[in-house]
Amino acid sequence: MIIRGTDRVLVMGITGKQGTFWTERMQAYGTRIVAGTNPNKAGTLHCDVPVFATAGDAMQSAGFDVAVLFIPPLMVKEAAMDAIEAGARGLVVLTEHIPVQDVMYFVAAAKERGARILGPNTAGAVTPGECFAGFMPAFNERIFRKGSIGVLSRSGSLGTLLCLNVVQAGYGESAFVGIGGDPIIGTTTRDALVALDTFPGTEAVVMVGEIGGSMEEEAADYAKTMTKPVVAFIAGGASPKGRKMGHAGAIVMGDKGTYASKRAALEAAGVSVLDTPSDVGAALKAALGH
Amino acid sequence: MNFEEHAAKPLLAGLGIAVPRGGLAQTPDAAAAIAARLGAVVVKAQVPTGKRGKAGGIKLAATPDEARNHAEAIIGMEIAGHRVEKVLIEERMPIERELYAAVLNDPASQGPLVMFSTAGGMDIEEMAATAPDRLHLRPVDIRRGLTHADAATLVQGLALGAAEGKVADTLARLYEVYAAYDAELVEINPLIVTTDGRVVALDCKFVMDDSAIVRQSGVARAGTPEKLTGLEASAKAAGLKYIDLEGDIGVLANGAGLTMTTMDVVRHHGGRPANFLEIGGESYTQAKPALELLLSNPRIKSLVINFCGAFARTDVMTQGVIEAIEALQPRLPIFFSVHGTGDEEAIRMLKDRLGVTPLATMDDASKAAVEAAAK
Repeated sequence: MIIRGTDRVLVMGITGKQGTFWTERMQAYGTRIVAGTNPNKAGTLHCDVPVFATAGDAMQSAGFDVAVLFIPPLMVKEAAMDAIEAGARGLVVLTEHIPVQDVMYFVAAAKERGARILGPNTAGAVTPGECFAGFMPAFNERIFRKGSIGVLSRSGSLGTLLCLNVVQAGYGESAFVGIGGDPIIGTTTRDALVALDTFPGTEAVVMVGEIGGSMEEEAADYAKTMTKPVVAFIAGGASPKGRKMGHAGAIVMGDKGTYASKRAALEAAGVSVLDTPSDVGAALKAALGH
Repeated sequence: MNFEEHAAKPLLAGLGIAVPRGGLAQTPDAAAAIAARLGAVVVKAQVPTGKRGKAGGIKLAATPDEARNHAEAIIGMEIAGHRVEKVLIEERMPIERELYAAVLNDPASQGPLVMFSTAGGMDIEEMAATAPDRLHLRPVDIRRGLTHADAATLVQGLALGAAEGKVADTLARLYEVYAAYDAELVEINPLIVTTDGRVVALDCKFVMDDSAIVRQSGVARAGTPEKLTGLEASAKAAGLKYIDLEGDIGVLANGAGLTMTTMDVVRHHGGRPANFLEIGGESYTQAKPALELLLSNPRIKSLVINFCGAFARTDVMTQGVIEAIEALQPRLPIFFSVHGTGDEEAIRMLKDRLGVTPLATMDDASKAAVEAAAK
């Protein structure tokens, strides 16, 4: 799911501390924020946009395409259902520690309504030169610069590091898609890879994965069919088995979801797998020839 | 969070699934007393892990004396790193056949998955390998759940005979347990049919979704908290995620992905990480207690601090790190790599207050830490 500068964005939970802080930064960068929600502050203005009680109200009065949720874990299900039923085209769910059964519920509803969900537990998405949604340092020019490399990541901090290395190597990004670190997420590694492969102006894709689950293996099946080069880094090779490494999704049970399994599947698909994120520039140069 | 069998079974029973009569004993005498009440029994070690039978933690006893002897042998035993503190004493059931039933969160279908097999009693990996044709899977739309009719369809035609209706009923109730208590996994293995036609959950594994513990606080009290080392427990009390590892290079980074990667890069350059410790997300203001915790580990010989700020501001994290260093005056070498939100201010603070310049990349910082630890 790639967010464009023309997309009208609703910020749910806009009046909170983080909601306010990041709304101001999104506005300054060029994200088209049209409204916010807070059930107790409907009818007021916040960050120069109208505040509504619900996404349904915001859709009727202002209209929006994408909802960005700054909402506490146990309230996300209700907020997400509100946005989906209002007819949102996309949702960016930043919150970590949402009960998994709640996530399954709104992911199923979104699928049925044709809405795309980024996250949960994502830092958001950036389309350099256009807009960003979430809490990524899009405005830092040493990390995000308009260019031709699509980047997707399960982790915000690690995705940021890879973007930094891409820019240091003299490239820029066509788009960054943070898919989130939870075990069940609306946009998978494969979904994001397809979106970046078909996104105009993208010459190569950097995939940032981690141990746990089988999303990288599934993405490898698609990578096989691509003509654009893919470079990958998989975090967690040095992590012990059976422990949750911060991200709920990053857990290795038995031999499933291991570093070795992911690396082997990606390499068999012709993907260049990095030993360290610092090598990304050299790998892109080797793949692109410039 | 895992629930031991004795804590999981009441969840089943509360929603109408039959379980054997039994009681929990912490001493051999208590085990004998329960057995005297029940007749022929099974003595089962209570630890939050599988494979108890293979480890010698499950024994049959015909008399109270036998139950006492088995309890004596089992209490104190170590199973997969867990010391057995208590045994569950249960009536022995006349088993006619063994089935398998489970509901779990399935990332592939992004919803609940019901699993049922007519080849119960062995573990699920073995079942998938030896009797895949007897394993039946059904993804569920969580918005409508698993109805009685769905459960009936799932077990139809599996030659369950007179037990078919009761098995279907048990499956539907198992789904209710899954939904009511925010299970990540609930498994009955074996689910037995007795010679007199009852359907009973002989064992139960229940794992609660950690993110749901806050709204399941009553039920969650019966769960077994993750086994933690001293440092891990103090980290948890401070709201930090810390995992002890065996190496000697301390790692502090923000965000789970970046922290795992810092460990990977330390290892790539020939070192061994001493820990996982991240202060990303909401905990990025916790750099000071995090570093204090890290420095209390006597094993570490050098330290890598790797920040790449997005949501987490590197200036705020660096401020905390500087405060901890000023307070504790650690003698070990510390190497920094700092990029992203707030990095200019962070780098200035490091120069002004510690006289330190971050290295250009996390590879440089990790390599330097590996070399310093080897000295």
